[in-house]
Amino acid sequence: MKSILFNRLTKLLTGIGRRMIERIWRLGAGARLFFLTIVYSGESFKRFHLTLREVYFTGVMSLLIIIVSAFFVGMVLGLQGYNTLQKYGSSEAIGVLVALSLVRELGPVVTALLFAGRAGTAITAEIGLMKTTEQLSAMEMMAVNPIARVVAPRFWAGVISMPVLAALFSMVGVLGGYIVAVPLIGVDDGAFWSQMQANVDVREDIINGVIKSVVFGVACTMIALFEGFDAPPTAEGVSHATTRTVVISSLTVLGLDFVLTSFMITV
Amino acid sequence: MTSNIVEIDNISFGYKGRLLHKNINMVFPRGKVVAIMGGSGSGKTTLLRLIGGQIKPTNGQVRVNGKVVHEQNRKGIYQLRRTMGMLFQHGALFTDLSVFDNVAFPMRELTDLPEPMIRDLVLMKLNAVGLRGAHQLMPTELSGGMARRVALARAVALDPNIIMYDEPFAGLDPISMGVICDLIRSLNDALGATSIIVSHDVKETFLIADYVYFVANGEVAAEGTPHDLMLSTLPFVHQFVHGEKDGPVPFHYPAENYQSELLKQSALMKI
Repeated sequence: MKSILFNRLTKLLTGIGRRMIERIWRLGAGARLFFLTIVYSGESFKRFHLTLREVYFTGVMSLLIIIVSAFFVGMVLGLQGYNTLQKYGSSEAIGVLVALSLVRELGPVVTALLFAGRAGTAITAEIGLMKTTEQLSAMEMMAVNPIARVVAPRFWAGVISMPVLAALFSMVGVLGGYIVAVPLIGVDDGAFWSQMQANVDVREDIINGVIKSVVFGVACTMIALFEGFDAPPTAEGVSHATTRTVVISSLTVLGLDFVLTSFMITV
Repeated sequence: MTSNIVEIDNISFGYKGRLLHKNINMVFPRGKVVAIMGGSGSGKTTLLRLIGGQIKPTNGQVRVNGKVVHEQNRKGIYQLRRTMGMLFQHGALFTDLSVFDNVAFPMRELTDLPEPMIRDLVLMKLNAVGLRGAHQLMPTELSGGMARRVALARAVALDPNIIMYDEPFAGLDPISMGVICDLIRSLNDALGATSIIVSHDVKETFLIADYVYFVANGEVAAEGTPHDLMLSTLPFVHQFVHGEKDGPVPFHYPAENYQSELLKQSALMKI
């Protein structure tokens, strides 16, 4: 009996240890890929058309989902905000509420989550399939570095696209909030815009939002690239990698958001 | 300059505790077509990856043009690879690029040639494999044989000294197989290159190879000209060349006694 218990305990601890080692290994491999991506980024800037092409695939192709989502999020914020604010007789502050919620938090965070689901999965699947079909090996054998030619342009495209998408998300969200608050509910047009103008600070709100979106851009794109690059070269491997991209990116974005917000509020 | 462009010297390679190759010696003379043959999983493709410097041997050396491959840094390996071309088993064409752009890829990446010259060179390479008219197609629009020919045009885009072929005949119809067979020999002779073919298709390989190595159980089991090997009485070579079902390479994967396993199953059913 004792020996069975001991064996099970040993197995359990071995399993935990193995998983921990695997996680640490993946973290190290991810950091190494990030470092190499930065080192081999010169090509992405020298031949900027490679990066621009990826900006189209990651950024422009994500526009529709970003704009539609932003519009609905803004409208919901307008409705919920008005419902609460009118209880305190300050329904004119609806513009500030919508704008601050979007610029500080929802813009960068929701954009990053949507980006991970739309562009992140596409990046992982594409690179995973390139690996499965030996395209990356073929590149290596042609003396072309796949990190410089494939990974780095996609990385910089993600980093460039994310703040632009987040800014668009906030703009369209404010428009959605405006449509609900002003024409539909009847909040004063001037109050909506003037309160927003007076209370949204460029440094504290907009710049901080941009910083967040850049950090999320680095994180989401790097996770997607690493998962694709590290995917086992099988159909099942690519499918698992794609799922992991969404899960890890989403959790990383939410965790990073807390860390960044706490720093920004302290500062 | 030695007469051998590639030399595999006493190489051992293994991973995950399993030794795939044990003290393998091979030489690949300049201008010849040399084949490496063996059953599936015998480590033939791994030998190509060792020559290309994608993996390092556990012991021994691979020398390309007199340089030890695994002693080179990244820059050195890339310089060596510029003298090599490789045809992958399924072509490995870049699916987001057209046929033209696939063949132009190594020229655009590795040379400073002007675009009009690249255009002429690409069309010449495609003409050599009979697919000049398909230069605007995407890889998804090509048959398996056509994709292999485009990949061949890409592999020889920069006129390499060494051309490596990984299972060039696998999964092709007889016509495509004949075309690829002819192309390998004619391109080798036209470019004055050395070709290394990894294959298990006996008929086609014997038709074009000057020399053949047989790999089995991690070792060179036999070597010689196709003619010598056709007449070989070595049991493994005989089984392989004549496609016999049973022999030194057993039909059955190692397993416990058939009868006792079946009886064990019946006993379990009774319970």
